Amino acid sequence: MADTADLLKTPLYDLHVELGARMVEFAGYAMPVQYPAGIMAEHLHTRELAGLFDVSHMGQAHITGDEAALEALITADLSVLGAGEQKYTLLLNAEGGIMDDLMVSRPFGADGGIFAVVNAGTKGKDFAHMRAGFAGRATLAELSDRALLALQGPAAAAVFTGLVPEAAKLVFMQCGVFTLDGVEIYASRSGYTGEDGFEISIPADKAERIARLLLSDERVKPIGLGARDSLRLEAGLCLYGHDMDEGRTPAEAALTWAIAKVRRERADFPGAAKILKQIADGPAQKRVGIKPHDKSPAREGAEIVHNGEVVGIVTSGGFGPSFGAPVAMGYVRADLAKPGTALELMVRGKARAAEVASLPFTPHRFYRG
Amino acid sequence: MTTRFTTDHEWVRLEGDVAFIGITQYATEQLGDVISVELPDVGKSFKKGDEIAVVDSVKTAAEVYAPVSGEVIEINDGIEDAPQIVNDEPQGGGWFVKLKIADKGELDGLMDEAAYAKHIG
Repeated sequence: MADTADLLKTPLYDLHVELGARMVEFAGYAMPVQYPAGIMAEHLHTRELAGLFDVSHMGQAHITGDEAALEALITADLSVLGAGEQKYTLLLNAEGGIMDDLMVSRPFGADGGIFAVVNAGTKGKDFAHMRAGFAGRATLAELSDRALLALQGPAAAAVFTGLVPEAAKLVFMQCGVFTLDGVEIYASRSGYTGEDGFEISIPADKAERIARLLLSDERVKPIGLGARDSLRLEAGLCLYGHDMDEGRTPAEAALTWAIAKVRRERADFPGAAKILKQIADGPAQKRVGIKPHDKSPAREGAEIVHNGEVVGIVTSGGFGPSFGAPVAMGYVRADLAKPGTALELMVRGKARAAEVASLPFTPHRFYRG
Repeated sequence: MTTRFTTDHEWVRLEGDVAFIGITQYATEQLGDVISVELPDVGKSFKKGDEIAVVDSVKTAAEVYAPVSGEVIEINDGIEDAPQIVNDEPQGGGWFVKLKIADKGELDGLMDEAAYAKHIG
């Protein structure tokens, strides 16, 4: 086990150790990378039944006050975010670079403010940037006393609604406040694996009890960060700090769908002039899926070559256990972004055949009702 | 025949002049699920310490170094088709290559099983 003495711990740390997890450092936290079953088995189990992920390292916040102050920093149209709804959105810097991707939702009803979930590695920076941008018009309360679990997979709904029958009314990207085993939770029908499932915010002191309750269902197995990464990569979902960062705009990252139509029309999001020009003219580089033809995966940082010229870089790469072959995402020159385009990937000094692939590698199975 | 081990978690087992080479159980546990192995061409010669193979797992890739010098006389094609054998039988059916050993004296510098067990702690 890695030396985790100086690392932050989630409320489930002891449970992870008890379950035999291999703990590693991730964003300053001691997190389970895998349990004894291993990444391959955990990945396949999630696609077959249900996996339970501890994502308590992520940042949870409650934002109240003038919502225009939050809207000015992100790409969503909060005026159409109804009670019980959730949206994926982007926090942008003044140049239109992606500071983070986040979920915003209204589990507490129309007048209850916004519940936001941001990435672990960026949460300090995100919250400081938001507070500075709010300039007193809105208030951000970090919910550091809450844990966050994700229950993902085709059996997730049966398991979860067996305990929380009211949650059965949720479809993908809807949310609410519910009671689970006597504990008040915020739950949304969402996740980051491509599967149907739920993200569940729980008071920290009740998290282990709820986790054990969910794990007592034989369909549910604990899943570590290793399989979380391979699941989201197969699902074609971006990982912050890898597939997107402050040096990339939503147009380059192929995330323009996360910019609300009305926000484009009003051109009132950070970096709008630059990003709208990129959307109109096409960005110089674009994020794509990449299917290596070789058995050896191309990892993050591998150069992408076309006709002997370096045309991009792999930002996520590995093996897709459900896809049954290596998978990758990366940035290429925009004229080479069409699926089927032949490329080469430099792996250990050798150029290996690959092609641009449509995303996702495994079909999404979100529950849309 | 006894098996010898390197500090980089390769093992070597001599049968006559032929050295079977693979990676240890401990190495496979660290790597996780093996998904592919790049093996050298038959006929190629390696010096002790040269990179002789690369193992890819779901999570990472690791170089494998020749524990002794010699010429590759056979590679284990079976693990190219079924790489999970490396996880299941790392010190048996999951061997990588057979080398015609150049200098048996090189084995003396390697660890025996007890020393290796101590090395991995």
